[in-house]
Amino acid sequence: MTGARLKVDMAACDGRGLCAEVLPEAIILDDWGFPIITVPELPDQLRGQAGEAVRLCPRLALRLER
Amino acid sequence: MISGAITNTGPANRSGANRSGANRSGAGPRTARSSSGAAAGLLPRLLPGGLPAGPTGLADHLASYGPPPRGGDADRRDELIGEVELAGLAGRGGAGFPTARKLAAVAAHRHPVVIGNGTEGEPASAKDKVLMAQSPHLVLDGAVAAADLVGASAAVIVAHPAVSQIVAAAAAQRRHAGFDRVKLTVVPAADRFVAGEASAVVHWLERGVPTPKSTPPRLSERGLHGRPTLVQNVETLAHLALIARYGADWFRGVGTGAEPGSMLVTLAGAVRRPGVHEIAIGTPVAEVLDQAGGPAGPLGGLLIGGYHGTWVDPGRAAALPFSRAGLRPLGATVGAGLLAALPADACGLTETARITRYLADESAGQCGPCVFGLDAVAGQLERLADGRGADVAKLDRWAGQLRSDRGACRHPDGTIRMVASALELFSTEIDEHAGGWCAGTRQGPGVLPVPPGSRR
Repeated sequence: MTGARLKVDMAACDGRGLCAEVLPEAIILDDWGFPIITVPELPDQLRGQAGEAVRLCPRLALRLER
Repeated sequence: MISGAITNTGPANRSGANRSGANRSGAGPRTARSSSGAAAGLLPRLLPGGLPAGPTGLADHLASYGPPPRGGDADRRDELIGEVELAGLAGRGGAGFPTARKLAAVAAHRHPVVIGNGTEGEPASAKDKVLMAQSPHLVLDGAVAAADLVGASAAVIVAHPAVSQIVAAAAAQRRHAGFDRVKLTVVPAADRFVAGEASAVVHWLERGVPTPKSTPPRLSERGLHGRPTLVQNVETLAHLALIARYGADWFRGVGTGAEPGSMLVTLAGAVRRPGVHEIAIGTPVAEVLDQAGGPAGPLGGLLIGGYHGTWVDPGRAAALPFSRAGLRPLGATVGAGLLAALPADACGLTETARITRYLADESAGQCGPCVFGLDAVAGQLERLADGRGADVAKLDRWAGQLRSDRGACRHPDGTIRMVASALELFSTEIDEHAGGWCAGTRQGPGVLPVPPGSRR
């Protein structure tokens, strides 16, 4: 475990869904297309993908907190 | 640990006076019931005894409670915050956060500001409005005490529009008398459900828009106009004013060991005399209802805590202590002190659908799960209530998706918690409605209030 947590700024999120495509192991979408974080702490092996998901978010709504 | 309510434990313990800096010149407020200096166990503490007859003026307020201790001494802040910690005061706005920890967090920063939160956007709740209307100077004393404890030179009271002029008049009276070192301002609150959330109160003051915000930093670091900000519910401030006067031991004279003190409750719905009462925390639910003359008839449910609260079975709740710990077996919590009684001849599903539609419409509109999710849930509940037939499996799935941490504030989670408890308590009614039958025979408008002018 990295001790890092994924956080969504839901007020900024538009539900584009890129994060769930890049990181399906940790992010799923609800019935309206908004992300649900499924892992309380990010496992080490997902670190790279998570960074990618954070970078790809067009609304800058996803962040990694340590 | 003492689990039950302690009442009438006798006079305040003066022997602890040396331990703290609190002013113990009086052993407690003189109420209308007892003009000879009250015992710690006597209630009410916050509201004037006897029939309410308008706001208590400054002179009468001082005659009842004695003068507030002189503050502003920076060297004694830690000691006085320690007294609040000993008192065990927790926030009375709903979340129940320990007040001393909040005070210490803000006191650690320079040039802070204090906000007294009297927004009370909860439509069925009246306790903050009644407190501000009857004891405005106690709330203002508390705001000044909080400002002293964190080293602030100004405090803003954000008061529900129904009572803001009363609080403003009380603040003006103090200003003309040169009573306070701290500058007091009173601002009418936004009359919206989510407007009472701490960050929404800050945004209301800054920009005139009461929207919550979840992103860092915390308000205790950067709040109102970038300054470290203490946001405390007005009832919490009133208790703080009394702890500053009479100390922790006096405060702990009622309540439970883990949850000391008294609290204001709003008793609504099918009780004989709906209204605001002050109870010792831990008083059994049935005795709390008795404060309002008891149930007006057979009950079908109790909504505890508020519209983000929990529907519970009245029979199962009756003997439980009204406290966080006491209500935990039912999955409920005291919240902001609402106890709403649903009469047995009213339909719980219809009431829940109406409240949920109101809550969905009260979304600040910022977060997708709240905007779309609550609207969808309200829609299914309306179908369930009026017999068109709802997809209960879908409702359950949505409840799971919206349950935790899905927005900038707790509006979706809180709403879903209430809805989930309704689906559980009124499960028989769900089956009946599916069969085209409803046990609710009551005519006329709904039992639980939603604000006039809304489209429910």
